[in-house]
Amino acid sequence: MNPSDRRYTTTHEWAKLDGDIVIVGITAFAVEQLTEPTFLELPAVGKALTAGKPLGIIESVKSTSDINSPVSGEVVERNPLLIDDPATGRKAGLSPVNDDPFGQGWMVKIRSAPGATLDHLLTAEQYDAQLSSEGH
Amino acid sequence: MPNLRTPLYQWHVDHKARIVPFGGWDMPVQYAGIVAEHKAVRTAAGVFDISHMARVSFGCSDALTLLETVFTNSVATMKDGQVRYGFLCQEDGGILDDILVYRWPYGFAAVINASNREKILAWIEQHRTGLNVDVQDQTFRTTMVAVQGPKAVAMCVGMFEADPSSLKYYFATPTRYRGQECVVSRTGYTGEDGLEIMVPNVLGVSLWDDLIARGAVPCGLGARDTLRLEAAMPLYGHELNDSIDPIRAGLGWAVKLEKGPFIGRESLQTAAAKPGQHPVRVGLEVEGKRAAREGCPILAGATPVGLVTSGSFAPWLDKSIAMGYVAAEFAAPGTTLATDARGTMLPARVVPLPFYKRMKSEK
Repeated sequence: MNPSDRRYTTTHEWAKLDGDIVIVGITAFAVEQLTEPTFLELPAVGKALTAGKPLGIIESVKSTSDINSPVSGEVVERNPLLIDDPATGRKAGLSPVNDDPFGQGWMVKIRSAPGATLDHLLTAEQYDAQLSSEGH
Repeated sequence: MPNLRTPLYQWHVDHKARIVPFGGWDMPVQYAGIVAEHKAVRTAAGVFDISHMARVSFGCSDALTLLETVFTNSVATMKDGQVRYGFLCQEDGGILDDILVYRWPYGFAAVINASNREKILAWIEQHRTGLNVDVQDQTFRTTMVAVQGPKAVAMCVGMFEADPSSLKYYFATPTRYRGQECVVSRTGYTGEDGLEIMVPNVLGVSLWDDLIARGAVPCGLGARDTLRLEAAMPLYGHELNDSIDPIRAGLGWAVKLEKGPFIGRESLQTAAAKPGQHPVRVGLEVEGKRAAREGCPILAGATPVGLVTSGSFAPWLDKSIAMGYVAAEFAAPGTTLATDARGTMLPARVVPLPFYKRMKSEK
């Protein structure tokens, strides 16, 4: 069961409203399908995103996949846990995505256009139904 | 037509393997995870269901003649129990399959890629006309398992009447497992020492369980692919196909031009005499953690010079590696190239193959 406090894309991203900010990540199902992410590329802060278009790339041993933006808007923050920090020399790992995709593993925060909603996205119930109809 | 299933299929499903279609079969691609399975094989032992591989036996008086005609490596010089790698080629040298040939006192056997089983059976049928050869597809009669890793051979001591640790590399022996006839072969496709074992189907699950009880980690085709890539072993349909000849693939050591006539010999003679006319197989180390996947263009500056045939993040080497074909002038180790991963240029460097070579300790 996927958390009901957010919305979903058919391509296995999630979007959660936090005031006028949308927090975006990928679902537990996406992580399970990828298995062990090895590489993540996220957009720079300030980048304009379009709903349904790639915002970044995630790779595992076996595959390379686009991460699609659930909403249009501007990137205001990237998850610092997932980004190398040259200042401290800290190397980011992808374990937050692997271990807690709906929480610690969030990827970007997007400021969407005024008045924008998540109504065009799937509810948790609809997303659950999509997964079961695909036989998962 | 539904996919075929091995005698271990239900075990895989019961143990939460992810099942994928491969070469006409439903096969496990992974259990716990590709990285953990890969590392288990490099450090200890892993066990793979390879029952999808086609197994064909050749009997009667003309079996040797038939195999010498279709196989690029020498068969006549093989000893009983010896195993040899080589190719079945078309007249133009294009590779129909890469196979292992086994020599037994009573005849020969071959292990053929699953996806090529029907094509190769038809090819053999076509070339046995007028010869006294009994060809039998044994694929569905036995379960075939590979146990691979530095601890694999020692782990199997005591399981069979024969002592597998006394087998030389690329030799096999008929023996008994739980009282029934089986074959144990010191071969593999991982870059590690290990065994490939064929038992009657009725003993397939018990063999698998025994190996796991002795410490082997169940591994899927995902780890098999990353392991063979690190060891730079070609995979049919990727590095090899019917428009690539073994010379270009860098596998001329498995072609014996001097052995006498065989199908493709004239073309391969020409290819061997004029190197540099065609793209050749190379290894690439790719900068960063992104993988250069199959089909990614390889560039020298802005000029396309080849294509990636296999690429992945290598779990043991902890870097991104790829194999591909490039024009011969760009094939020298140290050459700086780039791969185009969906629009992003990844710097890459030609490196000698294999990427990974085990420390040799076995006989």
